[in-house]
Amino acid sequence: MRKTTNQKAWWLVTPVLLLVAFNAFIPLMTVVNYAFQETFGNNQFFWEGTTWFEKVLRSERFHDALGRQMLFTSMILVIEVPLGIAVALSMPRKGPWVSVCLVLMALPLLIPWNVVGAMWNIFALPDIGLLGYSLNSMGFDYNFTRQPVSAWMTTVVMDVWHWTSLVVLLCYAGLCSIPDAYYQAAHIDGASPWAVFRYIQLPKMKRVLTIAILLRFMDSFMIYTEPFVLTGGGPGNTTTFLSIDLVKIALGQFDLGPAAAMSLIYFLVVLLICWVFYTVMMRNEEQ
Amino acid sequence: MSQIEFKNVRHAYPPAKGQAPVYALKEVSQIWNDGGAYALLGPSGCGKTTLLNIISGLLTPSEGSILFDGSEVTRLPTAERHIAQVFQFPVVYDTMTVYDNLAFPLRNRGVAEARVTQRVTEIAEMLDLSDRLQQRAAGLTADGKQKISLGRGLVREDVNAILFDEPLTVIDPHLKWQLRSKLKELHQRIGMTMIYVTHDQVEALTFADKVVVMYDGGVVQVGTPVELFNRPKHTFVGYFIGSPGMNVLPCTLDQGQPVFANNRLDSGYAVASDLAGKLEIGIRPEFVSFSDDGIPVAIEKVEDLGRYQVVTVRHEAEQIKMVVGEDQAIPAQSPKISFAADNLLLYQDDWAVETEHA
Repeated sequence: MRKTTNQKAWWLVTPVLLLVAFNAFIPLMTVVNYAFQETFGNNQFFWEGTTWFEKVLRSERFHDALGRQMLFTSMILVIEVPLGIAVALSMPRKGPWVSVCLVLMALPLLIPWNVVGAMWNIFALPDIGLLGYSLNSMGFDYNFTRQPVSAWMTTVVMDVWHWTSLVVLLCYAGLCSIPDAYYQAAHIDGASPWAVFRYIQLPKMKRVLTIAILLRFMDSFMIYTEPFVLTGGGPGNTTTFLSIDLVKIALGQFDLGPAAAMSLIYFLVVLLICWVFYTVMMRNEEQ
Repeated sequence: MSQIEFKNVRHAYPPAKGQAPVYALKEVSQIWNDGGAYALLGPSGCGKTTLLNIISGLLTPSEGSILFDGSEVTRLPTAERHIAQVFQFPVVYDTMTVYDNLAFPLRNRGVAEARVTQRVTEIAEMLDLSDRLQQRAAGLTADGKQKISLGRGLVREDVNAILFDEPLTVIDPHLKWQLRSKLKELHQRIGMTMIYVTHDQVEALTFADKVVVMYDGGVVQVGTPVELFNRPKHTFVGYFIGSPGMNVLPCTLDQGQPVFANNRLDSGYAVASDLAGKLEIGIRPEFVSFSDDGIPVAIEKVEDLGRYQVVTVRHEAEQIKMVVGEDQAIPAQSPKISFAADNLLLYQDDWAVETEHA
């Protein structure tokens, strides 16, 4: 029998190839282009090798921004994940309140980043904002535009307000997938509420929780708009996280080379942490 | 272990506004003996799961009371009733080993670890799980998981009864039989009261000493498999149990003898001729045979099932199924059938009429 060869099927792949090319590969390559060369405009480039990478990796400014970023991400994960689980556990599983709760939970997720930043900015203003004014009149010395601690607190609380819902909704979906029989069996086995959580709810939530943590990690690690609108990275550099710093270097100082090198390092850090995290979670799964 | 008694138990789920309550479970008054193996048999929606939940305490009946060994438990929560239950879908604690799963109910009750080890080892032995004790429970097959669910009930020494809610639903057919014999064996060995809910007559009849047949929210008959087969108290029982089910045919009475299709049937008994209501005769396909004279029929279908043949015949509007031996010939010309007198039952409004041979 003669085998017919038909290469037409390749055309079916082209839309995806084009999409990936324009969406990811070509933009990334331009960044790579800048990261290894120096340019003074006029489309003139000079080979620099790994100079920019060395510069970025040795710079104290990058270390500080990375440190702040790590601290911020750890803080919001430590707060949002347990809080999200707790809220999901206390939400009703049946009845008319389910939809009310779901809508209330989804609301913060629908608000654009810069609006959230602006809202919290006004909300927290020490002289006219509801939060700032109340805190000050209660005797707390609170001013997020001047005190690093206040600025950090406000940024963290803002993120918690904006994104805990995501963890809640994912966990809630996980909880809803547990058949009643599990609770009945646990009841019959005389399990305490803690044991029910530890041996039924937590294991069943594990997959969605993995996704929630990954998403929250990536999002918070790349956070830009909200702190930019709220504090602008200040006071001083105290809330200048990685992307804010990156934009300052790239657009503020127009240091395209170091900015490109920093972008790539940034990208690799996110990728690396996600990979490690995912591998660890999935290895447990297989055991 | 204990005797279970129902006193006028009824249950209605909360009705929609302005509507009269519909009883999912009509009045049940029963006494189930300590150490018995009972099966609740009936089609979906007949109230058997409602009854099971009332026993386990997941549901409080709207009326009536339930007693374990004479003491009232109607309002006791599940945990205080000392009940074990095996659910339709296997429930295991995924993150624990098989051993920890079995030990879980004991540890929750603060049993000393030495005793836990002893009990778990003993029960694992009974369930053939000994070699898998250190495995993660999540890795077991459905039948293994179902054994663990059962084991968690068996390890406890305070269990009044073990309830099974269609436990073989997700088990592979060839393992069903094994697990069912295991259950039977365990029942004989430990003599615990076991209540088994199913809609599968084979499961019910092989497992139970006493089968409780439920239909439309009520208990229609409680009896041994043989009683259910030979003397169904309700046409539903006749129809539901046996394969194919009992033939139920309209009849009239003539001098206390049932008459079907202008044939006075020899039933060996006489009943009062003035029985009112819908009258029917019930005859199992096993007791219908071809004969030289009797009711003329037309043959519609012959199904050869290997060991026997199921023949569907028709007399006017009535379809009749009969079981004919493999070696028996099926008459080609003007077939006639007759019913075995000893097994001819009479029903008034779907309920069996008490006759002498019944």
